[in-house]
Amino acid sequence: MTSPSNNPTPSSDQSSVDPERRRFVQLLGMGGVVLAAGPDGIRRLSDAERLTASFAEPWSPVAYVTLHDDGMVSIICHRSEMGQGIRTTMPMIIADEMEADWAKCRVEQADGNDKKYGSQNTDGSTSIRDFLPRYREAGATMRALLEDAAAKQWNVNSAEVKAQQHTVVHAGSGRSMGFAALVSTARTLPMPGKDRVRIKSIAERRWQGKKMPSVDLVPMTTGTAQYGADVILPGMKTAVIVRPPVWGGTVVSVDDSAALKVPGVERVIRIPEPSIPAGFKPLGGVAVVAKNTWAAIKGRDALKITWADGPNATYDSVAYKKSLQASVRLPGKAGRTVGNAETALARASRRISSEYYVPHLSHAQMEPVVSIARVQNGTVEVWAPTQSPQDARGTLAEYLKMDIEKITVHVTLLGGAFGRKSKPDFLCESAYLAREVGAPVRVQWTREDDMRSSYYHSVAAHRLEAGVDASGKVTAWRHRSAYPAIAATFAPKVAGADADELTNGASDIPYAIPNMSVEICPAAAHARIGWYRSVNAIHHGFAIGSFVDELARATKTDPVQFLQQLIGPDRSVDLSKDGLVAPASNYGATWTDHPLDTARAKRVVQLAADKAGWGTPLPKGRGRGIAMHRSFLSYVAMVVEVEVRDDGTVLVPRATVAVDAGFVANPDRARAQMEGALVMAMSNTLYSEITFARGRVVQSNYRDYAVTRLRAAPHVVDVHLVESEGLPGGIGEPGVPPAGAAIANAIFAATGIRVRELPVGNQLAGWRAKAAANDSEADGPNA
Amino acid sequence: MITLTVNGQRRTFDGDVTMPLLWYLRDELALTGTKYGCGVSSCGACTVHVDGIPARACQRRMSTLEGKAVITIEGLHPTGEHATQVAWRVLDVPQCGFCQSGQIMEAVALLKNKPNPTDADIDAAMTGHICRCGTYPRIREAIKQAAGGAK
Repeated sequence: MTSPSNNPTPSSDQSSVDPERRRFVQLLGMGGVVLAAGPDGIRRLSDAERLTASFAEPWSPVAYVTLHDDGMVSIICHRSEMGQGIRTTMPMIIADEMEADWAKCRVEQADGNDKKYGSQNTDGSTSIRDFLPRYREAGATMRALLEDAAAKQWNVNSAEVKAQQHTVVHAGSGRSMGFAALVSTARTLPMPGKDRVRIKSIAERRWQGKKMPSVDLVPMTTGTAQYGADVILPGMKTAVIVRPPVWGGTVVSVDDSAALKVPGVERVIRIPEPSIPAGFKPLGGVAVVAKNTWAAIKGRDALKITWADGPNATYDSVAYKKSLQASVRLPGKAGRTVGNAETALARASRRISSEYYVPHLSHAQMEPVVSIARVQNGTVEVWAPTQSPQDARGTLAEYLKMDIEKITVHVTLLGGAFGRKSKPDFLCESAYLAREVGAPVRVQWTREDDMRSSYYHSVAAHRLEAGVDASGKVTAWRHRSAYPAIAATFAPKVAGADADELTNGASDIPYAIPNMSVEICPAAAHARIGWYRSVNAIHHGFAIGSFVDELARATKTDPVQFLQQLIGPDRSVDLSKDGLVAPASNYGATWTDHPLDTARAKRVVQLAADKAGWGTPLPKGRGRGIAMHRSFLSYVAMVVEVEVRDDGTVLVPRATVAVDAGFVANPDRARAQMEGALVMAMSNTLYSEITFARGRVVQSNYRDYAVTRLRAAPHVVDVHLVESEGLPGGIGEPGVPPAGAAIANAIFAATGIRVRELPVGNQLAGWRAKAAANDSEADGPNA
Repeated sequence: MITLTVNGQRRTFDGDVTMPLLWYLRDELALTGTKYGCGVSSCGACTVHVDGIPARACQRRMSTLEGKAVITIEGLHPTGEHATQVAWRVLDVPQCGFCQSGQIMEAVALLKNKPNPTDADIDAAMTGHICRCGTYPRIREAIKQAAGGAK
């Protein structure tokens, strides 16, 4: 398996290859059968369509596989690679079904194409859960066609032949033919009927449960992998932009005299500010266009700009936190109602309540956003690390007021994304400037730009209250949340999150509580709000997972036992019929396909606890915490062990993760996602915080926006995947939500200190003195 | 005029000597394996070797490089099969891969100085490098494996 780049390669020989020419060469090199899958299943493209496939827009194709005349298989990855491993996992599924030899497969990255591939929007942990059947069908169709071709050549029945690792064999006569030799015949055959397209049985799968090396390992370890900023076009300029520091701010005046004197600076260009909310469109500002990146940065530093900040100039995180906390102390809009929580709370023998707070977060992906554009002959071509080339094309067309058919978006590797690169504002900037300048332009965001002009994870406050009866059983649950809505980035006058946002891990919880009220309270947005890996489930998971642990402590019950009791009896629930308000979203799936399955929830809790040695003693200063969360249709339980140093520093030496995500196509990448989710949740929980003062983001770089580093990171992450042939759930995101609470619960176990506001930061300073003072009354650290 | 070698090749530079090595490598030489992550020496993505010592290319001005020998990830090994690169592949360390050039360059330097690094040695050497995908557990293992392989 190799991974030729689809993009112009700025190799170290310094010869920038004209991308147009390169693509043409690639097209000429494409012989053979091209398969496309659409809503109506798989069909074969005609030769005419095939030859123009990169340019024409067939009616609803999703091209996944090309078998070249030389027998090489191209698998066309229509989803963006941002570290989740889709460029390996998708070929694993297709090549296995197709009986292709892994060594003769290569992956090519698809351009953005609305009609051809199905959704390319790589977020929501959807690649496998939405596409597994189509990938399998594509592979099985190829296999059937090649078998049919061999049968025709030998004049035997198709049922007598069998594809085996790039060869079709006829057992009766001992004849065999390689895939390459079959292309010309296969091309003339009608598409196999439904009965001929047979998906392999489990026993027939070659790579079931196996570890396949990721396809981009060599380029990624030799510096040749191509990310956004690595695209170099002939005559390309580099631009760096000053954007309004306050959301909705505008430029009043610009003095660019000093900037234009910087050697290498060629132009200073105004990009108009949109009226907000402007969704995916850029913020506007002033661009410095230069010969190289350094000149552009120096030129920008020399700009003198006067701003009109607009109404968000008063946004202040300290004051806003108080307003969110006030908001959750009043009733909100119903997201889920079961029984009568108010009455049950009033009747409870004991009421326990707690409030939690999670600040804004930034994706802080390692590759700052960057985009390269060329505008010529009425066409726009963009190269970018985008999660959503289709949304990008649509937004570019709207922003540039151009026909979408004139816009091509090439997808590079993404140097991390986590949701930030779903938003195509940066692609628009590059295209706008390329058109203004009349030359290709690379817009390079600096780290500071990325930190200060992003789409931020929502700041959130939560208030949870439970009623407990005399036996310690939870009889009432009232959860009120407030956070500015993602919708506010796209529509004016949004007064807070919609109740349906609660289905992202708050109103869809698997607990057997007879009286529940899950509510959403008002919260205005004063910054661009966007989704960040696991989205609302970050703060939902932290608040709920922490509160459950608090209830366990309050009722003097072991947290694992408490969790299992709270989940209650085995049941499979359609939550749209159990109090969830319409539209009762289920991560885009039906409740029939993916009901809330409490047996799965309990299984992962038990598995994580058992494998972690829950209950075995730990040295002083260490503690274990557990949390379980269902999100993106997967069930993940985590037992995290922390070590809290004398100075309050938190290390996570080890963690145990149990995952039921249904069928898992690539177990090693699923494990890697869990490892990474935990490390990212450590950042969210322990270190990271975006705050605003005078409407401006205070933080600027990794110096003041701290993230997890190796020293604190786990030495061991023991991931257990529940073997399953069930419908797949997500993998990229579901590890994040339980991890935050598990860390906080472990900190409590280690120190007796309950962290309710994130990040932990220096809240644990002096914990030993506090712990000593509490020792007489404390239950003692758990586990 | 600055004269230096990059991956063994003699180079001359007569531009703005305040330019950081990072942008020289990327913009002038198209050696894009060295990554821009932060520009302030906080993330390690731009780590290269200058006279055999790991350096943050975003902090090294061209004015300081007269007569120096720079090695980037592209020049680490002629066929990309340095023991550290191999270990990285065996353990499938990278996720997005963006930070890994810098991580590998740092690990190579660590192993040169300490062929059998302890966990504390690894902590000290690697904590200047950020990986947002969270590949740290595998990075730690890969360094140990590369150390074992080098014996």
